[in-house]
Amino acid sequence: MTSAATAGVAFPAWPAYGRATATEPALLRRALIGGALLFLTLFLFVPLAFVFYSALKKGLGVYVAAVFDPDALAAIRLTLLTAALAVPANLVFGIAAAWAIAKFDFRGKSVLTTLIDLPFSVSPVIAGLIYVLLFGMQGWLGPWLREHDLKVIFAVPGLVLATIFVTFPFVARELIPLMQAQGTEEEEAAVVLGASGWTIFWRVTLPNIKWGLLYGVILCNARAMGEFGAVSVVSGHIRGETNTLPLQVEILYNEYQFAAAFAAASLLALLALVTLALKFVVEQRSRIRTERKASS
Amino acid sequence: MSIELAGIVKRFGNFLAVDRLDLDIRTGELVALLGPSGSGKTTVLRIIAGLEPPDAGIVAFHGEDTTATHARERNVGFVFQHYALFAHMTIFENVAFGLRVRPRRVRLADAAIRKRVNTLLELVQLDFLADRFPHQLSGGQRQRIALARALAVEPRVLLLDEPFGALDARVRKELRAWLRRLHDEVRVTSVFVTHDQEEALEVADRVVVMNHGRIEQVGTPDEVYDHPATPFVVEFLGDVNRLSLPHAPERSGYARPHEIRVSTQPAEGAWPAQLAHSATVGPLARLEFALASDGSRVNVELPRDAYRALRLVPGETAWLTPTRVREFAA
Repeated sequence: MTSAATAGVAFPAWPAYGRATATEPALLRRALIGGALLFLTLFLFVPLAFVFYSALKKGLGVYVAAVFDPDALAAIRLTLLTAALAVPANLVFGIAAAWAIAKFDFRGKSVLTTLIDLPFSVSPVIAGLIYVLLFGMQGWLGPWLREHDLKVIFAVPGLVLATIFVTFPFVARELIPLMQAQGTEEEEAAVVLGASGWTIFWRVTLPNIKWGLLYGVILCNARAMGEFGAVSVVSGHIRGETNTLPLQVEILYNEYQFAAAFAAASLLALLALVTLALKFVVEQRSRIRTERKASS
Repeated sequence: MSIELAGIVKRFGNFLAVDRLDLDIRTGELVALLGPSGSGKTTVLRIIAGLEPPDAGIVAFHGEDTTATHARERNVGFVFQHYALFAHMTIFENVAFGLRVRPRRVRLADAAIRKRVNTLLELVQLDFLADRFPHQLSGGQRQRIALARALAVEPRVLLLDEPFGALDARVRKELRAWLRRLHDEVRVTSVFVTHDQEEALEVADRVVVMNHGRIEQVGTPDEVYDHPATPFVVEFLGDVNRLSLPHAPERSGYARPHEIRVSTQPAEGAWPAQLAHSATVGPLARLEFALASDGSRVNVELPRDAYRALRLVPGETAWLTPTRVREFAA
C-alpha cells in the first residue's frame, strides 16, 4: 500500500482501501484514537484502579485480614469449587454438542444450535429462577428431594447447576465454527486407516481444536467465577456456606465494609486480568495456527 | 483383491446419487470412474470404502460380502482430493499413523514401523521431507504423501477420489504418469475417480463412464473411445461434431475433429463448407467451418503442416469428408 503511494501510482480497486485508511486526515485519526482512549480510561481503567485503591486504602494489613477472613476464604473456596465442577462439565458438553453439530447431519440440528445460545439470551436471574421453580421447596421436584433428604437450592448443587446453565454456550460457541470449517476429511482418513473413535478424537480432532477449546474454557471459567445474577437467586446467601466471591462482595458492600468488599472485588479483578493475559496468549497461538492451516 | 458391486442405490434426500449400479473390478486392475460432477462417481467410491452406507445393494471384496463391515475394518487405502493430511503431524507420523493405531497385539514394533515408513517415503521419492509438516509441502508432494499414507497399511484395495483435481496442469500430468508406473510396481487393485477424460484414458486399464448415477459404459480406454455405447459417452470423451445425416434423418452422427478430411477440391459425397476461423495451437491447427447446407458449425483438427499445405484462408470454401461417423438414434 505504502509503496504504491510513494511511487505515485494510483491502483484502482482493492489497494484503494489501504490507501484510504493510511491517508485519513491526521487530525481525524488522532481524534478517533483519543476518543477511544478517553472512553476506555473513564469506563475501564479508572474503575479498575479504583478497586485496587479502595482495597488497599486502609493499609495492607486490613487487605490481608479481609482476604483471610473465614467467610471470605469460604467464598473463595466455593467459587473455585463451583468453577471446578461447572467448567469441566461444560467442556464435555461443549465438545459433544459442537462435534454433533459440526460433523453430523440430523433432524433438529438448528433447534439444538438455537438452544445452545439460549443462556446468552435469557437473563441470568431467570436462569436462577428456573432452578428454584424446579428444585425449590415449592418446586416440581421439591417434595421428592425433601423426602430423600437432598438439597439443591440454597446449597452447592444449585450454585453449580446455575453456573453450568449460564456458562454453557462458551465452549460450544467457540468450537462449532472451528469444527465446521475443518470438515470431516481428516477424521475420515483416520477411520479408513483403521483408527477407533477414541483414537481419532485424541489424535486427530483434539489437536486440531485445542487452541479454540482452550480459549472457550478460559472465557467459560471467567464467567463461572464472576457470575452473580443466577447464582444470587439460588444461593440463599448463607454466609460461609453458599456465598461465592461475587455474592460476598455485595454483602460486604451492603454492610458498609468497603475495604473488605473491595478486597474481595480486587481478587475478581485480578482474575479478570489473568484471563485477559491468557486470552491474549491463546489468541496469538491460535492465529499462528490458523495461518498455517490456511496456507496448507 | 477383486471388488463386486451389485444393485447399489444411494439417495441424498430427494437426489438419487447412485441408481441400481452393478460393477465388477478385477484383481490388480486400475479402474477409472469417469463422469461429470453429480454423476455419482465419488459416492460409489465412498460406498466401496465404507464411508457411506448404500441404501440398497451389496459390496463384496473377493466374493466376500463386506456391505456391513465398518470402514475401519475394510482395510482400504483412501486418497482424498484435498489430501486430508493430519496438519499437526510430521510427514513421517502421517505415513506411520495407520501402523501406529493398530491394536497392540497386531501392531508392528517401533523399528519395523520406522523401516516401513522410510521404504514408503522412498517409494514416493520424498524421504527427505520426513520431518516437515504438511503445510510446508507443495500440493503435488502432499498428494504423494497421502498416497504413501494410504499404502502404509498394505490395503486390499486403493481408492483415489479426484487425486489430481486440486493440482495445476503440469504437476497433474507428471503425477498421473507416476501413478501409472507406481501401480505397475505395487499392483494393488485401484479405483480412481476423475472428471477428466484424458486422465482416465491415459492412466486406467478400464474406464467406467458414469452419468446420473448409472453406468453408461465399461471398457478399456480404446473400447470406450472407439466404440462408445451411447451419445453421452461420445460427447463426454472429447470434442465431437454432431452431424445431421442426409441418408438417415432420424439418426445423428458424431465425428471427432481429427476424423474429418479437408480438401480444397470438390469430391463425391463431400460437404462444402466455408472456413470461418482458424488457430494454430502447438502441433495442431484448429479450424471452424460453416456448412454450406445449413450453416451449422463443424470443428476440424489438422496437423499444423497439413493445414499449411492446404493454403486455405478464412472465408474460402473447402470440402469436408468425415472418415468415421458413429451413428445413434437422435
